[in-house]
Amino acid sequence: MQGFITLIQAAVFFGTVIMFGCVGEIITEKAGNLNLGVPGIMYLGGIASLAGVFIYEGSTEHPNAAICVIIALVCAFVASALGGLVYAFLTITLRANQNVTGLTLTIFGSGVANFFGGSLNTLAGRFEQIVVPVTSSAFRATFAPLAGLGVIGKLFFSYGFMVYLAILLAVLAHRFLMHTRKGLNLRTVGENPQAADAAGINVTKNKYLAICIGAGISGFGGVYYVMDYIKGTWANDGSIEKLGWLAVALVIFATWKSLNAIWGAYLFGVLYWMYMYIPGLTRSSQVIFKMLPYVVTIIVLVVTSLKNSRDKQPPAALGLAYFREER
Amino acid sequence: MKQIQTEPLVRIVKKEDMPAWQKIAVRLSSILLALIVSAVVIYAITKYNPIMVYQTMISGAFGTKTRIWSTIKEMLMLSCIAIGLAPAFRMRFWNIGAEGQVLVGGIVTAGCMIYLKDLPAPILFVIMFAASMLAGALWAFLPALFKAKWNTNETLFTLMMNYVAIQLTSFAVAKWENPYGSNTVGVINQNTRAGWFPTILGTQYFMNVFLVLLLTVLMFVYLKYTKHGYEIAVVGESQNTARYAGINVSTVIIRTLLLSGAVCGLAGFIAVSGASHTISTSTAGGRGFTAIIVAWLSKFNTFTMLLISLLLAFLDSGAGEIASKCKLNDYASQMIIGIILFFILGSEFFINYRLIFRTKTKEVA
Repeated sequence: MQGFITLIQAAVFFGTVIMFGCVGEIITEKAGNLNLGVPGIMYLGGIASLAGVFIYEGSTEHPNAAICVIIALVCAFVASALGGLVYAFLTITLRANQNVTGLTLTIFGSGVANFFGGSLNTLAGRFEQIVVPVTSSAFRATFAPLAGLGVIGKLFFSYGFMVYLAILLAVLAHRFLMHTRKGLNLRTVGENPQAADAAGINVTKNKYLAICIGAGISGFGGVYYVMDYIKGTWANDGSIEKLGWLAVALVIFATWKSLNAIWGAYLFGVLYWMYMYIPGLTRSSQVIFKMLPYVVTIIVLVVTSLKNSRDKQPPAALGLAYFREER
Repeated sequence: MKQIQTEPLVRIVKKEDMPAWQKIAVRLSSILLALIVSAVVIYAITKYNPIMVYQTMISGAFGTKTRIWSTIKEMLMLSCIAIGLAPAFRMRFWNIGAEGQVLVGGIVTAGCMIYLKDLPAPILFVIMFAASMLAGALWAFLPALFKAKWNTNETLFTLMMNYVAIQLTSFAVAKWENPYGSNTVGVINQNTRAGWFPTILGTQYFMNVFLVLLLTVLMFVYLKYTKHGYEIAVVGESQNTARYAGINVSTVIIRTLLLSGAVCGLAGFIAVSGASHTISTSTAGGRGFTAIIVAWLSKFNTFTMLLISLLLAFLDSGAGEIASKCKLNDYASQMIIGIILFFILGSEFFINYRLIFRTKTKEVA
């Protein structure tokens, strides 16, 4: 039982990082843009929040926890959205290729983040290890009365607020995309930009907004990773990049529906950590288990394309640029 | 009633073919602009004189013989992968899976070096050569088959295959680790040098240079002057046209991807047998992704790939030098590469399109 609880908890921690990335990417892809810059964007979000609160916590004697959280989230959203803006400008206005631009954004984002992550203390003229204790504990604070409810408390209420924020955003994204006029417009842009344009929907504006807001949400994945998952420090080990690609995988697994992303993210977490709870595995067979999320995604991808059911397909115009002049 | 009708402020018009020198000028100025922006960024962070920074970069990349070779090695590696990607991209098949294809090529090469080290060198080389190509081709075959038969999204499929390959590499590392518990494979056959590229004309990298240059020429000819190359181009332009012309699209897709994967697998062979003599996830180390950008920017011209790879390799080793001089970490190079690629990507717009600004406002009665 104890093992089961820790597995679920590990899966929730893991899943929350990729859920943010995934929900942001779903919004982007629904507008017809495949942004392979998700890992880079999550890097940007993570490092921006860390840098922001590192400077703030270093500047005052008694940092205020609420202000720390706000600084972290705002910095991350702005930095990630700016990353998205660069991608949007290049792919929409300058008509560059989406895949190549996205990959470049990943290279750029991981460069920026690991560079500053590794040299933040040198640059700030402080030579201690980068830690942001106040912010990190604010992010990890649980709601004590509920968290103390035995097994239920451990399973459902032993997490920081961002776990619930991720679920909330996934639900809101679903509401927005499926049940509002603006969401319908956005989906039309992703399915058939010509028709959207003819119906008077501003394709460019919709794409820009979807990409920037989507990137901002993806960036929260980086914040959660830095502040909660590794407890307010920085590690140059490329984990965010791996998680970022898993977020892209999750979009496929969830068949572009953000509600599916909620349980899909936790399932990926379970699959990823399962090796810890299977007795008798050697170190090399553990590694094979970590393949599971990717293999499962491939299977989902193949099965959906075999079944060819219309509601499980990628947006029809995904990855294709739209130029009004070229009809 | 008077109505004022205005044209939009800016209109974008497709450009007729630009003279070659103008294209080169646009690209060079975009690189120059990017270097200026990077210099500003470097100055803002380090407060070092940017000119001096670029001097340091040049000495970091080309300062000594060892550095020159390490820059060339990097350049060859990027070119080789990009050459592998070229036919797939020409066909508009988004093979994002080069990273994985390189890794599986590297894994089987390392495996051959470990298990078959007692074979005579020529036979060992033939086996490694064939096995690495086969492994890479297999890794590309799966996505190609599903794309050809059921139109499964290849971008996402090949992307996922990368991570399967990365885990497979970790598996191989855990299995072959040496010394035990180090979690690295270490240099394979350090004493016997079995399966290492031989030293020819005084350099151990002769074979690397030779193989990659050979591939450059062969792929250029294949894409430009053969029937296969033509079929690839037609399928890339329009699958319907290809079908109408009697081209079997599925066959072309699968055949091209087998080739693409095989060359990427070969890159893994060159990386393991000809450079690092070990296997780890950094055998590919993100080059599979960088090479995608190289292949795309070169517009499938394999000779241009050599140039762009050289630029990136120079930036990589140059920025590493700055980083170590300034006690900053060497991810600075990735940041600068990112900035430069953004500029080059953006500059393509000015090659393909023309902006027309509003000249007059018409008044209509």
